[in-house]
This record gives sequence, structure tokens and C-alpha cells, in this order.
Amino acid sequence: MRFFGAENLGIAFGGVRAVDGVSFELRRGEVYTIIGPNGAGKTTIFNLIGLIYPATTGRILFQGRELTGMKPHRVAELGIARTFQNIELFEHATVLQNLLIGRHRHRCTALWQELAFTPAVRRAERAQREAVERVIDFLELAHYRDSLVAGLPYGVRKVIELGRALATEPQLLLLDEPSSGLNPEETNDMAFWIEDIQKGLGITVLMVEHDMSLVQRVSDRVLALNEGRVIAEGTPAEVQSHPAVIEAYLGSKEEA
Amino acid sequence: MRFLFKTDYGQDLRLFKHRGQVFWYAVLAVVLLAAPWWASEYMMTQLHFIGIYSIVGLGLMLLVGFTGQISLGHAAFLAVGAYTEALLAAAGWPFWLTLPCAALLSAAVGVVVGLPALRLKGIYLAIATLAFGVIAEEILARWESLTGGNSGLHVKPIELFGARLEGDAGFYYLVLGLTAACCVALANLLRSPTGRAFVAIRDSEISAACMGVNLARTKTLSFALSAALTGIGGALYAHKVSFISPEQFTLLVSIELVTIVILGGVGSLHGAVLGAAFIIVLPQLIAIAKDYLPAGVAGAAGLQSTVFGLVLIAFIVFEPMGLYGRWLKVRTWFELFPFYRKGMFRRQKTYMKSERVR
Ligand SMILES: Nc1ncnc2c1ncn2[C@@H]1O[C@H](COP(=O)(O)OP(=O)(O)OP(=O)(O)O)[C@@H](O)[C@H]1O
Ligand SMILES: [Mg+2]
Repeated sequence: MRFFGAENLGIAFGGVRAVDGVSFELRRGEVYTIIGPNGAGKTTIFNLIGLIYPATTGRILFQGRELTGMKPHRVAELGIARTFQNIELFEHATVLQNLLIGRHRHRCTALWQELAFTPAVRRAERAQREAVERVIDFLELAHYRDSLVAGLPYGVRKVIELGRALATEPQLLLLDEPSSGLNPEETNDMAFWIEDIQKGLGITVLMVEHDMSLVQRVSDRVLALNEGRVIAEGTPAEVQSHPAVIEAYLGSKEEA
Repeated sequence: MRFLFKTDYGQDLRLFKHRGQVFWYAVLAVVLLAAPWWASEYMMTQLHFIGIYSIVGLGLMLLVGFTGQISLGHAAFLAVGAYTEALLAAAGWPFWLTLPCAALLSAAVGVVVGLPALRLKGIYLAIATLAFGVIAEEILARWESLTGGNSGLHVKPIELFGARLEGDAGFYYLVLGLTAACCVALANLLRSPTGRAFVAIRDSEISAACMGVNLARTKTLSFALSAALTGIGGALYAHKVSFISPEQFTLLVSIELVTIVILGGVGSLHGAVLGAAFIIVLPQLIAIAKDYLPAGVAGAAGLQSTVFGLVLIAFIVFEPMGLYGRWLKVRTWFELFPFYRKGMFRRQKTYMKSERVR
């Protein structure tokens, strides 16, 4: 069975065709990166997969199921988690609470039990906490566990967002520019984590990224996008040296 | 200064984080349980109202403070609770049946009113709920065969297990017990997955959805629970005042209820209770102050509303964390003395947020 496939995805905002007939497939366990200049439609693809926007054309298949037409929360329940380009954390909650919300799809208690906080809820909460602590250990977030998110440095927030996505125990992880705004040291950590997530946890990663050295380092395959259309696909080296990609980034010869 | 050493995940699941808290809550419980012995008749009445408004405040706090959905129509839920209680009690139903009915019916109305919240946000939701409140008030006045219209309804005293609940003390313990139960139930909910989902919706709907929170279901649930609590408050209110009519459930009352949440401190259960106490005590303070004010000011119509408005504005501008936030600051000051820094509670600027996906 195919792990994940996007077929002929398309959406238009007013007259702008932000994504136009994009198709690609993911193999289980790989790191697949989408690159492209600003405004190419990369984030929009993520929003289409997350069903934040309804696709005008095409469909998305995940483990034999068609996502198109479902409600956004179903996507998470099926095992797809994501991070956001502009960090969307729960600002007025602690880091621990943020990660616990990641466990939402694994909840198993009913409302009346929660109102009374029965022993079953206590047991479930303990189990959730243990799962979250594994993520905290993995991403070295112990120091920030009880701090409010509002007020933490940018680099830490990026890691928390990654942690929240990992806490859902996804099968597919979407990362929107995981290294943007990070310093070289933090970027290096991020690269290690992405490698670990792929090799250690066996999670398939779909990533949008501008930092080409990071892309080279972690990606198995790369898709290049320009103005909503696919212009190249292949190994990182192939895509980077593809004439259409170079042209998209540097502008066409006539303009230069 | 207190340091908490955590050695077990269970510690974070407890309602009381340390011995000191247990002690102070026990003291509070004893003082409140002994109220019939130390409080005058007048103070007992105040305590009744504080309890009732606390329950309502908790309901609204859940919706506004924890789920981030505004409602300017909560007086209508109060009315649904009050009229249900009055009518069923008149029909001879016992209190242990009428109260759940009042709560359930309010919750059902809450679900319906919550429907626009699935599409509307902020000011638009405020307008939608406001309209609902006005419509409800109108229905109460026009549906004379059921509600008695503008001439109102008399409410029979509470009947509990065949006996009449008479006197201040009995009613007081009933209100106190229900208030405490509501506090504990909400505190429990907020440390469980559903409570976290509420907070997630408040802080970022889009990432809540991406974490698997069913937005429609969760928002509706919040409206239903909030309305149910308000309905319970309404039922108790009906018995307390023993006469209800549409003008007790106007838009102004809805605004007063929102004031509880804002004065108390958005996003804290303590705040709901503190806010309720404040809103009951403030008119008394104004009445006392009147004796010392020049006759022109003291006799002016609308003095009370003016003071209410000014207090509300002052809180929004100077103390957005409300009374509970103020208390936290005072406590921190004492704990850290002499090391308290001025900027400690200053709110941090948040980073640019994505506007595209709203
Ligand atoms: N909600 C929206 N309404 C209107 N236009 C939109 C919306 N979302 C995206 N667009 C447009 O779609 C195009 C693609 O945007 P997108 O955010 O996907 O770019 P991107 O590849 O992620 O760029 P960047 O590298 O800057 O993040 C842009 O022209 C953008 O203006
Ligand atoms: Mg983008």
C-alpha cells in the first residue's frame, strides 16, 4: 500500500494559483524536502494536507485513505503532525501543557470521569505524562518544562513545537522551515534531531526548508517548486544542479 | 520563598500542590462552614449571593477565560435556569430533580447558542450572543401563559427529601456545597484532556485542530457546560429572591457577569470567585461611601453604574490579570522580599503570528 500520495493538488486564492497541479509521493521512512523561492506555495501545500484549506483540485491519500473532505482534526487522529512556519504555540500555557495537548489524540477518558478525576483519569494522565517526558528527554527541554511559553526565546519555541508534534506519536511529520530563525548551533541540533526522528523513531518526514546545507544533509529526496508548480524532483544533488531550479532562484537570463 | 521538589509525576496531578495550600483551604472551609455563627443575617444574604454568582462566574470563566469565546448573553442562561426551577417547583417536583433539569435545559440552550461560535469570532460572536440575550428577554416577557410575562413568577421555597429547606443556614449550606462542588469539578476538568483542549482553542485554534482537537465539538461542549453552570446559578437565584421577572435578566446583567470574569482575572478559577465577591460587595461599599460624598454626587442617578464602569476600565488598563493577578503579585512580593523586581509580571511581546491562516 502506498504510504502517502498527493495527486494533482491545486488551490487558487482569487486570481493567484498558489498551488497548481502538484503531485508527489512519500515512501515510508524517508525525509522528503520541498524547496522553492518565497511565495512558491510550500506552506500552502502543508495547509492543503492539513485540510486547513479545501483543495480546489486533486486529492491526498494517506495509508489507503483519502483525506480530502475530512475535518482537520481527523488528519491528526490518523497520524499526521505538523509544525508551523510562524510558530503557533499555546502561549499562555506551560511547555508541559503544550506537549500534553499533543497527546490529545491518545486520550481515553470520558467527560464525567474527568469531572470527577477518577482513578482511571489519574492513571491515563500518568501514562500521558510519561510519554511526554520521553519527548522532553529527547529534545532536552527539561529545563523549560514548567515555564510559560510566552517569553521563551525563539529557538526554544521552535523546539517546543517540534516536541508537541512528536508527542502525538505521528507516522508522518510535516516540518515547515524547521531551521528558520535558528543560529548555526541550533540548526545543527535540529539536523541531528531530524536524523534521529527518521532513523531512531522511524517517522517519515516531509519538510520545507531554505537552508540548502541542511537539506543536503538530511533529505533523501527533494522536490523543487516555483509559482505553485513542480519544476524538479530527485536527490538533493540532482535538484540543486537542475537548470530550472537555478533559474527559479536566480531569475531567468533575460531579466538578469 | 518556597521550593517544590518534585519526585513523582503524581505530584503534578494533585489539586493542592503543597501542605501550605491544604492548610489555607482548610482554614477557609472552617470559616465558611461556621458562617451561620459569626455572620449577621445581612452578611448571610451577601454570602448567598456570592456563592450563586461564583457558580455563574465559574461557568462564564470556563467559556471566556479558558475557551476564549465571548458571551454577552449569559443572563439568558440564568433566566432559563431560574424559570425552569420556578415552574418545576410550582408543579411540585422535588429540588433534587428540578436542579438537574434546570442545568440540562440551560445546557441544551447553550448548545444552540454555541452554534454561531463555530463560525464567528471575537466581536461578531459578542454581537450574536448579545442578540440571543435580547431575544430571550423578549420571549420571557411575551410568553405570558408560561412565564407570567412582565408580572413575573413567585418561586416556592426549596423542598429537599420531603422537607422544606427553611432558614438562612440551610440554604447557605446548599449554596456552599454546590459552589465547592463546581469549583472542584472545573479544577478536575482543567487538569484533564478536555480542559487542555479548551485552553488550546483559546490560544490557537489552528494548532488545536492540527493536534486533533475537534473544534466544533469542543466549543459546543464549552458552551453547554458554561450554560449548565449558569443555569444552576439561576435556579438558586430564583429561590433566593423568590420572585422572578424578565427585568432581572437584562443585557446589563449579562455585562455584570462578564465583569465578574474580567475583574476576577481571565483564566483563573480563583478569579471567578473573587470577581463574584467583588461584584456583590461593591454596591455595599458605594452605599457606605454615599454618606461621605457631597449630596450632589451621592444623590446622582446612575452613580453605581458609573463606578462599575470606572472600575472595569481601571482593571482592563492597569491590571489585566484581575484581582487574582493582583493577589499573585502581592504574594510574590512577600515571598521574594526584598528581591522583587518591578518588571517581573510584565507581559512579553509575542512574536509575529501568521495572519494568513486565520
Ligand atoms: N490565505 C491566503 N489568502 C491569499 N493568498 C494566499 C493565502 N495563503 C497563501 N497565499 C498566497 O499563495 C502564495 C504561496 O504562499 P505560501 O505561503 O505557500 O508560500 P511559501 O512557499 O511558503 O513561501 P515562504 O518561503 O515565504 O514561506 C503566495 O503568493 C501567497 O501570497
Ligand atoms: Mg512558507
